[in-house]
Amino acid sequence: MAKVHVTTTINGEPMEFLCEPSDTMLDALRGPLALTGSKEGCASGDCGACSITLDDRLVCSCLMLAVESEGHEVRTIEGMANGEKLHPLQQKFLEMAALQCGICTSGMLVASDALLKKNPEPSEEEVRFWLAGNLCRCTGYDKIVRAVMETAAEMRAQ
Amino acid sequence: MTELRYLAPGTLDEAVGAFAKAGSAARILAGGTDLLVQMRSGVLKPGVIVDIKKIPEMTAIEQTADGGFCIGAAVSGMALAEHRNFGKVWPGVLEAVNLIGSKQVQGRASAGGNLCNGSPAGDSVPAMVAAGAIVTVQGPDGCREMKVEEVPAGPGRTNLKPGEILVSFTLPPRPPGSSDAYLRMIPRTEMDIAVVGVGVSLTIKDGTVTSARVGLGAVAPTVLLVEDAAKALIGSKLDDAALAKAAAACSAACRPIDDKRGTIAYRTRVAGVLLKRTAAIAAQRATQKN
Repeated sequence: MAKVHVTTTINGEPMEFLCEPSDTMLDALRGPLALTGSKEGCASGDCGACSITLDDRLVCSCLMLAVESEGHEVRTIEGMANGEKLHPLQQKFLEMAALQCGICTSGMLVASDALLKKNPEPSEEEVRFWLAGNLCRCTGYDKIVRAVMETAAEMRAQ
Repeated sequence: MTELRYLAPGTLDEAVGAFAKAGSAARILAGGTDLLVQMRSGVLKPGVIVDIKKIPEMTAIEQTADGGFCIGAAVSGMALAEHRNFGKVWPGVLEAVNLIGSKQVQGRASAGGNLCNGSPAGDSVPAMVAAGAIVTVQGPDGCREMKVEEVPAGPGRTNLKPGEILVSFTLPPRPPGSSDAYLRMIPRTEMDIAVVGVGVSLTIKDGTVTSARVGLGAVAPTVLLVEDAAKALIGSKLDDAALAKAAAACSAACRPIDDKRGTIAYRTRVAGVLLKRTAAIAAQRATQKN
């Protein structure tokens, strides 16, 4: 079976990889690209653990084919910190214990970041609705929502 | 693993040619939020996937000279929400499209896919029916137009002919005093499938409804255009008697299934209740504009 050659940009870096036509973007990230920060929860678009952005739009990487990234710009959790310096959301998630088992965390962070880029001053309700596609079985969501709200406030103050 | 070929043609003619040539083994890929789930679960094993997102007209949103809109079949819900003007003219269609799945799903899922997936509960469909949207389809025998309510044939089936591809939705221009709304009933507050969905589009002049369309979802094998409900609203001032008559017409049109989300009696009753609430929202928006 012929593999497909894909040229794309991931976290700002030009990338090339080979994949099967039926591979999802999540398969490619976790396989040949060795970017295992995106997690596979449900593989059906329900849990959001595999969230990435494609041309700045939040998507589930399990719901797109890897070949569809050809010529587009992908961002993953691996591109969120600036070198060793954590993104304010990552720092706040740690400080406020907005995670337990960690499976949902990278998806929560990518989704929250996409929200704050679009809307730097979301209401709590907006945060809760925006994150409705990210399932978490441990935290009860409250700590996550509070961490996002506090980060938003701090980022606005800077 | 099945042998799968992926094609991403740059023109509609190429896509139609490739799609028709591959026959029943081919599937169209727009947002992919239904297709990939079906492939993953083994329900579908396509031999060829034709990705239509590299075709410019499939992802374009255009406001036509007369004030109507032409929306490519593969435009995502998020792209529609980001358009500066669409949500002002068709707020009900936009809210329906943006009830499909999560934000992640809305980043990809399209109204075209929602329609072609053939689910009676697809949220965008009743709103598009209420809007009076016309779809353009292109196939091996050329281009034709269909009313959006003519597209679904039953759960998971459409009336598109073999080899035909849905290209775009055309929404008509709106006279002053027009607006629309969509409401659905779900057991949760978010991320669920409609138990009943109602789209209402209205034009109101001097307090009287001069035109109306009602789309009804999740209560029959296909999404319905409920003409009797529209007739009950037209000529009225949306008084209680007119709304009760329109609600009764919606309930009468129901031929629902009985499942864990809702019984037949519940869905039938809720269809009427939602009609009243949706019409009130559409009317408020229509009169606010003047």
